[in-house]
This record gives sequence, C-alpha cells and structure tokens, in this order.
Amino acid sequence: MVDMESIYLAIPLASLAGAVIAGFFGKQIGRAGAHSVTILGVGISFLLSLVVLKDVVFDGAAVYNQSLYTWMVSDGIRFEVGFLIDGLTALMMSVVTGVSLAVHVYTIGYMHDDDGYQRFFSYISLFTFSMLMLVMSNNFLQLFFGWEAVGLVSYLLIGFWFKRETAIYANMKAFLVNRVGDFGFLLGIAVVLMFTGSLDYYEVFDRADALLYATMQVIPGVDWSVITLACILLFVGAMGKSAQVPLHVWLPDSMEGPTPISALIHAATMVTAGIFMVARMSPLFELSTTALSVVIVIGATTAFFMGLVGIVQNDIKRVVAYSTLSQLGYMTVALGASAYSAAIFHLMTHAFFKALLFLAAGSVIIAMHHEQDIRKMGGLKKYMPITYWVSLIGSLALIGFPGFSGYFSKDAILIATQNANVPGAGYAYVCVLLGVFVTAFYSFRMFFLVFHGEERMDKHTREHLHETPWVVTAPLIALAIPSVIIGWITIDEVLFGDLFKEAILVFEDHGAMAAVGAAFHGSFNFVIHGFAGPAVYLAGAGVFAAWYLYLKKPELAAQFRQKLELPYRILDNKYYFDRFNEIVFAATARGVGQVLWRLGDALMIDGLVVNGSARLVGWVSGVVRHVQTGYLNHYAFAMISGLILLLGWVVLG
Amino acid sequence: MYADWPLLSLAIWTPILGGILVLFAGDREPSGARKIALVVSIVTFLLTLPLYTQFNTETHLMQFVERQPWIAAFNIEYYLGIDGISMPLILLTSFTTVIVIISAWEVIQYRASQYMAAFPMLIPMFLVIGVWGGANRIYATLKFFLYTFIGSVLMLVALIYMYTQSGSFAIFDFHHLQLSLSEQVLIFLAFLVAFAVKVPMWPVHTWLPDAHVEAPTGGSVILAAIMLKIGGYGFLRFSLPITPDASAELDWLIITMSLTAVVYIGFVALVQRDMKKLIAYSSIAHMGFVTLGFFIVFRIVNSGYGEQGAALALEGGMVQMVSHGFISGALFLCVGVMYDRMHSRQIGDYGGVANTMPVFAAFMVFFAMANAGLPGTSGFVGEFMVILASFKASFWIAFLAALTLILGAAYTLWMVKRVIYGEVANDNVAALTDINKREFLFLAILALAVLALGLWPDPLVEVMHPTIDNLLNHIANPKI
Repeated sequence: MVDMESIYLAIPLASLAGAVIAGFFGKQIGRAGAHSVTILGVGISFLLSLVVLKDVVFDGAAVYNQSLYTWMVSDGIRFEVGFLIDGLTALMMSVVTGVSLAVHVYTIGYMHDDDGYQRFFSYISLFTFSMLMLVMSNNFLQLFFGWEAVGLVSYLLIGFWFKRETAIYANMKAFLVNRVGDFGFLLGIAVVLMFTGSLDYYEVFDRADALLYATMQVIPGVDWSVITLACILLFVGAMGKSAQVPLHVWLPDSMEGPTPISALIHAATMVTAGIFMVARMSPLFELSTTALSVVIVIGATTAFFMGLVGIVQNDIKRVVAYSTLSQLGYMTVALGASAYSAAIFHLMTHAFFKALLFLAAGSVIIAMHHEQDIRKMGGLKKYMPITYWVSLIGSLALIGFPGFSGYFSKDAILIATQNANVPGAGYAYVCVLLGVFVTAFYSFRMFFLVFHGEERMDKHTREHLHETPWVVTAPLIALAIPSVIIGWITIDEVLFGDLFKEAILVFEDHGAMAAVGAAFHGSFNFVIHGFAGPAVYLAGAGVFAAWYLYLKKPELAAQFRQKLELPYRILDNKYYFDRFNEIVFAATARGVGQVLWRLGDALMIDGLVVNGSARLVGWVSGVVRHVQTGYLNHYAFAMISGLILLLGWVVLG
Repeated sequence: MYADWPLLSLAIWTPILGGILVLFAGDREPSGARKIALVVSIVTFLLTLPLYTQFNTETHLMQFVERQPWIAAFNIEYYLGIDGISMPLILLTSFTTVIVIISAWEVIQYRASQYMAAFPMLIPMFLVIGVWGGANRIYATLKFFLYTFIGSVLMLVALIYMYTQSGSFAIFDFHHLQLSLSEQVLIFLAFLVAFAVKVPMWPVHTWLPDAHVEAPTGGSVILAAIMLKIGGYGFLRFSLPITPDASAELDWLIITMSLTAVVYIGFVALVQRDMKKLIAYSSIAHMGFVTLGFFIVFRIVNSGYGEQGAALALEGGMVQMVSHGFISGALFLCVGVMYDRMHSRQIGDYGGVANTMPVFAAFMVFFAMANAGLPGTSGFVGEFMVILASFKASFWIAFLAALTLILGAAYTLWMVKRVIYGEVANDNVAALTDINKREFLFLAILALAVLALGLWPDPLVEVMHPTIDNLLNHIANPKI
C-alpha cells in the first residue's frame, strides 16, 4: 500500500513538473515533447486523484489534514502550506484533473498550428497545479495563493495571443476586476485572522463563535456583526473569481483567449473556485443569515439577467460565456439557500457539459476557419456529425433535459431554492425558474443557428468543411459520456450520501437540502418527479420558442428585435456595465492620477515647496500677504495637503 | 571556520579597499577595474553570508560584536555589531552590489572611474546599518545624513541635544534616555523630516522620480534597493525606541502619510509616461507599507483585541523593505535593459517587445506581477502581513492599504500591456535583440530571490523575532 501522503503530494507536483519542463525546455523537447510531458503529468494527477476519490468514497478514508511546511511564523501566527483531503477536495481534484486532461488532449488539435504551442501547454499545466493547490489547501493563506495563481495563469492565457489588442485589453481587465474581488477577499481573511488568531480552516471553524458574537464598528456608531462582515468580504472574492454581478464583466471578454482555456479555466474549473470556497466556508456562512441572503440575491440576479444577455449574442463563444455566467449564478443561489452540496453537484455536472459545449464550439470554430459568428454558420450537422451529437448532448444537459446530468443538479437547486428561508429566496426562486426558460432558449437558438437551417457561410468555407481530427473529437466524446450519466449515478452519493459529511455544515433550520432529500426516492423517481414541476415544461417551451423563431419563422426573430427595440439595445449593451466602468472607474482613475500628478506633485509640491523654498521663507515671515498669491495651485495644494492631514488627525489622532 | 573572523570589519573594509583599488586601476585599465570590482563585491557578499548562517536567532542582543578603543582620550571606540533588524539589510546591500556590478559590466568599460565613484558610496551604508554604539557610528551616520539632505541638520540638532542630556553618542544610551513628551515630540519631528525624505514619504517624495530619471541604471538600483532603506531603518532604530511616546502620540501623522503614499501615489503612478518614473512612484507607494507597518503598532496594541499583530506589522515592514529592494531593483534593471537598446524610457516608444525579446518579456512580466504583489513572490509577503495586521487597528486603514491590490496591479499591468504586449510598434522595437547571457544572469538571480522569499519567507522573518519582540517591549514602556 502506497503511502497516501506521497500520493497527495504527487498530484499537484506531477502537473507542476510538466509545466516547468514544457515551459523552460520547450525548445529542446519540441512540440511533441511538450504535449507528451504535460499530458503525462496531468494524466498522473488525474489517475492519482481518482485513487484519492476511491479512497474517500469507497474505503471511507478519514479526513487528512496536515501541513506540508511552515511558510512563515510571525507573532505566534503559523502560516502553513498544507493539504486538507476530504470528500469535497477529492471530488474537486477529480473534476479539475479530469477536465484538464481532456483539454490537454484537445489542445493538440486546436493549437496545432500555433507558434506558442509549448508555452500554451506549460500554462495549462501550471493552471492545473495552481487549481489543485487551491482546492487541496487546508488554510486561507494557501487558498489565497492558489486563488491569485489561477488568476495569473488566466491572465497569461487570455492574453495568450498577445499581439491582439482585444486580448491584452481583456486579460488586464480580467486581472483587475479579479483584484477588486481579491481586495475584499483579503480583508475577509484579515477579519478571520483578527478574531480567531489562525488561518487554518479547522481552527477557524472551531473558533467561529468568536466571530459570531463579536461586533465591530466599520462606520462609527454602527455595530456590525463580525461574522456577516467576514462572510460578505469573503464572498466579494468569490464574486470576482466566479464572475457574479457586478464583478462579472471580465468573463465575457476572457473569450479572447484560445478556446481550450475557455473550457478549462473560464467554464469548468477556475470560475467555480468561488463556489468551492463558499462551500468550504459553510461553517462560517451558516452563521450569518444576512450573508446568505446577499449570496442568494447576487446569484439569482446573475443567473437570470446574464442568461438574458446570452439571447442576443452572436459570437458562439460569448453565448456559451453568458451561459456560464448564468449557471454560476445558479450555483451561487444554491449556496445562498444553504444547499452547498447541490452547488457543488451542479459545479461538477456543469464542469463536464460546459467544457463539452466550449470544446464543441471550438471544434466548430476550427472547421469554420476561426469564424465565430453564428449568423455566418448553419447546417453544420451534415458536415460535423460527431460535433453535432455531442453539442446536442451538452445542450440537453445544460437545459436540464430529464435524465441528463444537468437535470439532476439543476432540479436539486430549484427545489432547494423553493424551500429556502433566507430573505431573498422568493426573488431567487423566480429568477432561477424563469432562467430555465431563458437557458433553453439561448442554448437552442445557438444550436439551431449553428447546426440546422440554411448554410450561411461563404463558398470557400463550405468547401473545406469537415469533421475535426480525433484529438479534438475524442475529448468531446469523453466529456459527453459524463454529461449524460454523471448526474444519474452520483446524485445519491453527492447530495444525500456521506461524501461531504465532514466538509459541509448545514444548520437544521436551513432546511432546503432536507426538502430536496424528502423529494428524492432514487434517480429514476427523481426524473419522473420532475414532470410534476414547471421546470421541464419551461425548458421545453424555451426549445420550442427557439425552434419556432430561428428555424421555422426566422423573419419573426427580426420583427421581435424591431418591436423590442429598447430591451434589445439594453441587452446588446450588456446593461451598460462596461461603459459605466470605463467612464466611472477607468477614466476617473486616470483623471485623478493626472490631477494629483500635475497639480499635486509637479505644480504644488515641487513648484511651491521645493523650487519656491525661498518664497516659502517669505511666506512664513509674511503669511497674510502671501496667502493671497493668486495662484490657484497654491490654494489647491494647501487645501489638498491640509485636508489629508486634517482627515488623518480627525480620524486617527 | 568563521567563528573568530572579524566579519563586520571585513565586510566594511573590503569594499573600501576594493574601491581604492578600482579608483587606481580606473580609466587606464577599465576591464581590469571591473574584474576587481566584481571579485570584491562577490567576496564582500560571501563575507556577509555567515552573518546569516551563524546568526543566533535566540537573542535580541548585538552579535558579531567587535570592540576596540580608538581614541581613548575622547572615549571613542571602534565598536561594531548587528541584530535581527540590521542583518537582513546588510545582506540585501552586499547582494545588490554584486547584481549592480554584473549589470553595469558594459558601462564600466567606458567610464570606469566615474562609475566606480558609486562603489565606495556603499561604505557609509554599511556603517549606517552595521554599526551600533560608539562615536564613529554616529559620526558616519551624521555625516551621511548631513551630506545627503537638509533634514539632517534637524536630526543633528536632535542628536546633539540628546548628547547633552546623556553625555554619550551611543544609540543604546539614547534608547534609555528619559525624555519628556515635548522633548520627544521635537526629536521625533526632527527625525521625521530626515527619514521621511529618505524613504521617501509623501509629501517630500518628489525628488525620487527625478533622481531616478537622472541616475544610470546601476544608480537607480542602488537607490531603490539600498538608499531608500535608510529611512525605514532610521524609523526603526531611532524614532521608535528613542521617542516611543511621541511616536504613539503622532502615529496618525505617519499613518496618514503612509496611506497617502499608497493611494495618492498609486494614482499618480498610473498616468506616468516614463517607465523609470512609473517605477519610482511605485517605489514610494510600496515603501508606504514599510512606514505603515512600523507605526501601526500602537493602534494594534491599544485595539482592545490583544497585542497579537504588532510584531506581524513590524516584521511585515521589514520584509517589505527587503522585497522592495529585489523587485524595484529588478524592474529598474529591466528598464535599463530596454534603455540600452532603445535609448528611451518612454512607454509610448515601445509596444510589442515580447515579439522580439520573448525571454526578457517573461522576466518583465514576472517582476511586474511581483510588483503587483502576487502571492508566491516576495512582493506579496510584506503587504499581506501589514494589511492583516493593520486590520486590527482599523478597518479603514486596512481598507485603504489594501487598495494597493487594485492600484498596484493597474499601474504595473497597464505598463506591461503597453510596453511588452501588442503588435511590434515600430522599427526600433522590431530591431531589438533579446537579452544576452549576462543580462539573463542578473535577472535570473533576482527572479530566484523574489520567488524564494515569496515561497518561503520564514528564513528571513525568523531572524527578526527576538529583535522585534525586544523593540516592542521597549516601546510598550512609556518613558514619561
């Protein structure tokens, strides 16, 4: 029997080794060498993750919680790097490495002609390592490390084609928006450390009462519950990483990156880190109804309103991207409903079918010679049968077709939301229910426009249309299988079994999951039971509407657009979030910078104090006369510096 | 084998002798001069290494002490020693010197003597941070400050005043000198002027961007990695222990100046067009964490939530000083690498450098990320510690300090976007050649240092514990 400890260690290190070799010796080992070594590395990570999963699920292994090394000790606070292996971790590890492996293989085909071939493999293996460190962590420090490391790799990969202006704009935007989230996250960690004196998960959870009964005054005179403050700050981090409104703006733009990473990072794994984190923190979030309420409202808003935007997108990847936003919203709603296991369950099924949809979209993009506009596609079914069928499977899973993986996870979320009792749950239930129709509508709008109807591509493209090579289709098929069956076979264990027994804590009065459990009598019955609720019919209506509008009577769609001019324009501009941010944040920041530099530094400090030191002497001797210098900058300088110092004195002094 | 060696004397006198040698070899034999310089700097670095490996982490007392009567009539001694605060800075200095010599290898060829004039400049640095007690330390300190900026005059007055009170120039006597609050406040303010210019802190920071623009690459590296540290060191060595009550009374002033550095300067950095100026402003913002970490301690101790966090803040400030030396130094070297090829520091003259200098681009992006405080790099550690610690003092202080996460990333990555990424901007960029082996060497060494400190800061932090704890104990006891 191999020591489990070394297996845990080998899992991230195998991926890291692949990344390092492909990254530093890419030239020496060549293209084949680079993909072989990284696939070998990730393959080892995947197989060993399965070993760990088996160990936890079937052999009932005890929770492993050990530190690897002490990063730092300061002030008696131990900052450790270490692993926490329980059911939640094991499941996440398997999903991450599994999807990563499929994407690695797929990349051989997708990036075949790219100059940065080795670099790309190095990055995605490095990503796998970072993500593993994130999910395997047993403390907040390492969580934050993995959190930002996946952000770094995401930055590098969105900007992979660094000659494209849009790509290098998108990657900077992604990093900065995520930093806004991390800003909150870091402050959340600071709250936790201040009140528990530790960053170790278990120690913090043990001392959670210290947060529960404490208050602090953020705004003088107003006592805030510390647990609520901590949870909301931590959730701000999740909002950045998991792209929740209003920090979602980076995700659609991240589609500038190559499609394999859209599937791996921006659909299946990294963007779900926020969901994972909140689930991991369930012993804290359970303590604050207010925080859960914030979570459920934000999630519901994202789920419904981002889904709507998906309807008007014409870029095949952006449709899938908005679909991802919407599905992340579903997961967040589940978290807010205290249905953490349902959130993780949807995370898992979504990882498979969304990676599948992205990679299928990539397959279409390859065949279309990097055309991404679905208005220029159509009728691809006969040219790309494999891509067609796996896309259908992925779409059915996404809309929650009874029996497919997405059905189980989404229905669990719907039932849980219906039975949730935090404030905002009613709003959330309406959002997620309507979202089902929207999801079905945009999914099959895209599906029909791409694979059915008239062939709208130009002649040259049509002549070269053919199914993509096996390195592309094999991962598609490999992902299609779990997209169909994973829900059916795992729902019992994941939602109602002992898998998350140690990892997730739910208070008894948060009865959402208990309600799901009451409705569950085996997978088959769960499917039958679904027909009693509205969701299945809403999904069917969505598919029908898409069929009618885009295949049967395409002219109707155009009419609708003209009739609904204003809503269309709002959706087409994505609720003007980008423009708002550009004007209010980006432009203002640059403006403030200019003012402080030109007026504050150059004119006032240098002009007045440094160059005018002689004048300063005179000023001291004859204040009254010189106060009225007539120079605006002098007044402004006096005002700004005086204001800053006064503020400091009043607030701190 | 080192046990009996007078390591501190060797570390001080080797570069002095080396500097004299280089000056003599000078312009006549430039290639010989630079070899001497390299050998001397490496020997000096090796001589300082045992200061770390042999360092006793159990005591706050001075170590490696050397004490000889010098001018007995005036009770002046030759008296050297280091503790957990000065030792990391000594290693930073000797390490940086090696890097600077390697980086300036080609420059030395042409203007050896001129360049080497900077070399003996390191000596006062050693003296200032290596020496403890005894008259000559104060002499060197006084002289150094007197010659570098006007503020020193005030400091000199303060020191003389304390001499009249204690009858000694030994800093240890100053630490234990009983001073009334008003005495302390005046002394504190005198020190503040001196050190704030050095750090530099807002609003006396404007000399730094100009100085960097004027300085050659090596000068910028020395300035960033070593010179700026004098200010921080001064606060830790002089202000806090000599005037603890005034520090506690006036901490709001320093905290305000520090937070202004982080936020105000962060915005100013955003709009810079000259890369060196941008990095200089970024330096000021990052040094804000040093002073914030040092002076937040009073509020942590008085927060009502226990004293935990005070040492975290102080050590965070120290780590930030060392890390800033690596990262700022590396970024200035990166600009130097480009400047050597393009003779421009203007962001607008660049674009798409990654196309023609891919290896360099990888380094630049790495150091940029370190500058943005990415975990796993040294840039994260100090800021992380200070933010965590200052939260205990006040939500809003931590809030403003943590804005660096956004601002630091914004100005750094925007520069990277415009300089490194994109299509090849013009023919000059198209003609760029990637870094050579020498350039690779110094960038790689710095990258390893940044990474090592980021992945495992404990070896650095560990040596500070007794000294920091002792300092905290000292300042916790009011003098009045």
